[in-house]
Amino acid sequence: MTEVGAREANAVTDAAAVVAPGDAGARAAPPRRPGAGRGGRAGRGFAAWIWGLVGILTIALIWEGYKLLGPADGVVVGDLRIMPRTTDLAMPHVWQMLGRLFEPVTRADDALPLWAAVALAALTTLGIAAAGWLVGVVVGIGLALVMQRWRIAEWGLLPWIVLSQTVPLIAFAPIVKSWGSRVEIGAFEWQDWMSVALIASYLAFFPIAIGALKGLQSPDRIHTELMETYAAGYWQTLVKLRFPAAVPYLLPALRLGAANAVIGAVVAEVSTGLQGGIGRILIQFAGQASGDPAKAWGPIFGAIVLGLVAAGSVALLGVILSNYRRNEEHA
Amino acid sequence: MNHSRRRFATIGAIALSAALALTACAAPGDGDGDGGDGGDELTQVKLQLQWLPQGQFAGYFAAQELGYFEDEGLDVEIIPSGGDIVPQDALANGDVDYAIAWVPKVLGSIEQGANLTDIAQIFQRSGTLQVSFADSGIDSVADFEGKKIGSWGFGNEWEIFAAMAAEGLDSSTVQIITQDFNMNAFLQGDIDAAQAMTYNEYAQLLETANPDTGELYQPDDFNVISYQDTVGAMLQDAIWADTERLESDDEYQDTTVKFLKAVIRGWVYAAENPEKASEITIGEGSGWGPSHELWMVNETNKLIWPSPNGIGVMDEAAWDATVAGALSAVNESGASPITEEPPASAWSNEWIQQALDELEGEGLDLTGENFEPIEVELTEGGN
Repeated sequence: MTEVGAREANAVTDAAAVVAPGDAGARAAPPRRPGAGRGGRAGRGFAAWIWGLVGILTIALIWEGYKLLGPADGVVVGDLRIMPRTTDLAMPHVWQMLGRLFEPVTRADDALPLWAAVALAALTTLGIAAAGWLVGVVVGIGLALVMQRWRIAEWGLLPWIVLSQTVPLIAFAPIVKSWGSRVEIGAFEWQDWMSVALIASYLAFFPIAIGALKGLQSPDRIHTELMETYAAGYWQTLVKLRFPAAVPYLLPALRLGAANAVIGAVVAEVSTGLQGGIGRILIQFAGQASGDPAKAWGPIFGAIVLGLVAAGSVALLGVILSNYRRNEEHA
Repeated sequence: MNHSRRRFATIGAIALSAALALTACAAPGDGDGDGGDGGDELTQVKLQLQWLPQGQFAGYFAAQELGYFEDEGLDVEIIPSGGDIVPQDALANGDVDYAIAWVPKVLGSIEQGANLTDIAQIFQRSGTLQVSFADSGIDSVADFEGKKIGSWGFGNEWEIFAAMAAEGLDSSTVQIITQDFNMNAFLQGDIDAAQAMTYNEYAQLLETANPDTGELYQPDDFNVISYQDTVGAMLQDAIWADTERLESDDEYQDTTVKFLKAVIRGWVYAAENPEKASEITIGEGSGWGPSHELWMVNETNKLIWPSPNGIGVMDEAAWDATVAGALSAVNESGASPITEEPPASAWSNEWIQQALDELEGEGLDLTGENFEPIEVELTEGGN
């Protein structure tokens, strides 16, 4: 019995080897030439960094150029200001903003440099967003599995999943916090950061559920029927066929989910008044922007880097799963 | 081979990210753990503030840091706001035990059905200003007509409209501009007269370099209208409690008096040691620099002291003026904070009086008769 099972599994593995590349097989990635390929990739990596740097420099130049040449009062059409003021208050010099990062946050003796304070806050937010993202992944893929398994669940759930994203966050945040403050199960007590993580997961699960559903549904009929001819059950089909086929859909969805989780975490921090994260110092330093305009930009840069790191971490996942992502859909 | 190695890598990556997520999550929890040590016999109390930690709340932080709450057998968690958490809503929902909020805002909530009582009127006077440049010609509320008037909205605007109503102006005679967290809109001319608190935004102006001189702005660069000097003046920071629990819950009554006693000690400490109270507040996560924080504590002290009948005791005339102002104020969307007189349960001196009586004879200056504000020098950027 076990032997038969094992043989079956082997057969299925072989089937997957045939099936998983699937339609991608025909237009598979260009053959890798061991030597030249690696050098080329390193070169490309280097070029990417250069282009990234050029992009940042260009933005800095446009910023300074506009600040130099633009009218002090900005460009106003009718009552609408379509270009910002160029005063130091509205647009500090690039070097002022960068320089401020290396000055202490305040004059207090134990004050950290601004960049360190921002980095600490960004790490806190990243941790909360990561927790929210993980919950979003579990819930999103779980919902997708249910919806893929039972058509009626898809009809019943999908509209609600779409509807869930129309609830404004500022209405939702205080309610979550209020519920959370009542949760206390034994030694477990709901912490405020969990409310924020929950809100982050609420934004993160949506693209993941949709992407995973589409991916799980993506194998062609001939592939599912081939699995049936192997007498593969639901779980075997799922593991050997549907999951590998879902990877190209799932990776962009996970990336979107990561970006959503970061946005959700930052907004929820502001909304629920959680201390320690980047959302909090965004508000705190915005309140100090009259006397110290450059300081308010520190957390803004921090939030940008935070988003890049979050998206980059998911890209790392893509490298690990690269075997399955021959025909990734671009999101 | 290749396959299994990849699978290992996948599992490893997932484990790693999970571990990262968990350690990141554990970090904020650790801080809370210390507070719970030995807190078994202490009564758990949650206090909701109405904004970020800052000198405006120095007395509560002092009571926390110096163990005044613990001395009364309380383990108080001070919860900052700063976003969409409305203190009186959190209190009415039962999320917290006490909340700090401005009187007119809570009057609105009470009219909507919230059952709350002002148990201690900590701020005896209004700290709201309307600031304009010295050459603007805006010297009084009557001069607002036709001007761009800044307001924060969200219930912080009622003094403006009450003062205007007393001058026969309504919101259609001015242009109301919503202000954000700083004074940039005013400094750049988008607002003619901006709303400012004595303890915060006014200091922000004095911490800003005047582009014409390169020096910091000076008080004579501005015209300052203090709402305390107008009929629009309304009572601000008060401690609110749940009316129903106050009436029926013996334990809550007991806790309320203990809580107020510790709060009084905290504010007396802040009055006598503004520098130390300011340091404590910074330690509680206020992001302001030392000079701005000290200014804030000092100006807050001026709003509390002197309190002729004892700190926190309601001045009935000020309450009536606040109610009258709230009834007369109409904002730019035609709304008023309240349309009828609040119930008698909206405030009570019973608990604060009991707390003051119990503190009598301890040598504390409970009325602030010896209170002397200090001089604070502001530095650029409030750092």
